[in-house]
Amino acid sequence: MKRAKLLFLQAMVMVVFLLIWHVVTAYPIMGEVKTIQFFFSTPAAVIGRTWNQLTGTEIYWHIGITLTETVLAFVIGSAAGIFFGFAFARQQLLAAVFDPYIKAANALPRVVLAPIFALWFGLGIWSKVALGFTLVFFIVFFNVYQGVREVSPTVLANARMLGMNERQLFRHVYWPSALTWMFSSLHTSVGFALIGAVVGEYLGSSAGLGYKIQEAESVFDVTGVFSGMVILMIFVIAIDSVVTMVEKRLLVWRPGQSSTTV
Amino acid sequence: MALQHNPQGAAGGIGLSPRAASPEPAAAVALGGLDITFHLDGGNRYQAVTGIDLAVSPGEFVSVVGPTGCGKSTLLNAAAGLLTPSAGTVTIFGKPLSGLNRRAGYLFQADALMPWKTALDNVKVALEPMGVPDAEADRRAREWLARVGLRAFVDRYPHMLSGGQRKRVALAQVLIRDPEILLMDEPFGPLDAQTRQIMGNLLLDLWSRDKKALIFVTHDLEEAIALSDRVVVMSAGPAAGIVADYRVSLPRPRDIAEIRLEKAFHEIHRDIWASLRVEVQKAYAMGDGRELVEGAAS
Repeated sequence: MKRAKLLFLQAMVMVVFLLIWHVVTAYPIMGEVKTIQFFFSTPAAVIGRTWNQLTGTEIYWHIGITLTETVLAFVIGSAAGIFFGFAFARQQLLAAVFDPYIKAANALPRVVLAPIFALWFGLGIWSKVALGFTLVFFIVFFNVYQGVREVSPTVLANARMLGMNERQLFRHVYWPSALTWMFSSLHTSVGFALIGAVVGEYLGSSAGLGYKIQEAESVFDVTGVFSGMVILMIFVIAIDSVVTMVEKRLLVWRPGQSSTTV
Repeated sequence: MALQHNPQGAAGGIGLSPRAASPEPAAAVALGGLDITFHLDGGNRYQAVTGIDLAVSPGEFVSVVGPTGCGKSTLLNAAAGLLTPSAGTVTIFGKPLSGLNRRAGYLFQADALMPWKTALDNVKVALEPMGVPDAEADRRAREWLARVGLRAFVDRYPHMLSGGQRKRVALAQVLIRDPEILLMDEPFGPLDAQTRQIMGNLLLDLWSRDKKALIFVTHDLEEAIALSDRVVVMSAGPAAGIVADYRVSLPRPRDIAEIRLEKAFHEIHRDIWASLRVEVQKAYAMGDGRELVEGAAS
């Protein structure tokens, strides 16, 4: 009962929003209808365009490109982040020497690298993967570093007293602890991989969701821009729910993870 | 009631059982002239314990009591090889200890289970360094979990278990390796009174099957007397030492709830408390005693 009421109220928010949008763009309240529609399009047009695109085939090719870039950026960025996070956490000298440089590199807004990457890697997917990589790497790196450093000293001492050697400590203590920290930032790092992909496409490419939006914008096709945004939203929500599922599977042992957040 | 009271100093606490077999067996753990100093940040030094002489025979259950912060855990860590003493010797079955003590099992005060492993995996993993095949390890881990009363909880993660249940898993994890020496650092400290009694009886039951040398650190004098063959009293820190060493000759097997009602128990308690109280008051005077030693009421 309660849930139904909540769903109803949530749906009402959307209905009211669309209604206002429709009224403002369909009647000459704010000025001439044609001008208003040029800037804001209409909900019916956006929904219609989105529907057409989703029932067509071309958009899935673009989604596929963006998805590929996101996954590649996430996988490569995570692998490098895990490797360096471990290396730095276990070699304090390395961490101390590189500390200012890592901070400096992380301080740089990554978007400014996009043109350089386009120059180095071309307008294909790899310049987008590179941009996503620079975003994902630091998040995973810092989390893994922290995870290894903050292994409970008692758990570690206990494992050593049980006779574990370095390899076994890695497998049973350091690795799970680092992964915990990495998974806790899974939403953030996947999100950043996606940002890297879309921003990269937006700034220069010939395929992908970012490209679709940019293309519509360049011909003042506001309906196309909005519909691209809606598709991007659906895409992100889909990816995010997959991440949530993965997270739940991997972190069953954590307190409070069993309860779902609706 | 054979009460043996060694005053502070010289032979304070080299207590081999008087009934020990003729060729005197090497002590399971022997600490000689142990001195541990920590070097703190900023060049300060803190001398935790000094001049510790303590020998524990195979099969002997020895409790160490003392005021809070007197270095009881430090002593245990030295015996485990987790920290290297500044001076003095740690001898395990006649051999000087270098590195970790491979013949000892350590039950920690804080939660030491791997939170990402189920109860079963936590116990199983203890056999991995010994090269036990997986199927065999699985069988033995289940057996041990049943022995500590957790047959139905093998698939639970630590956070799904109560504090007492987690201690049982930790106990199984330590005992499954069958170490010759057991070191326990206030293992039942965080548990409530009833659970402590149950755990105490469980520990006595498991220990009595194949008596191992056991050093049990606690701040609860009653618990110490109820469990042990010997109770060692440490002085207030810094530079804590052993001030007294009492033999507890209460008959075994014991029930640690019932034994507290016996007259002999009270006599021993009174004697030990007499020397412990001095140290607790000293610790208080130094503004160090955050917490009174339990059992002070009697």
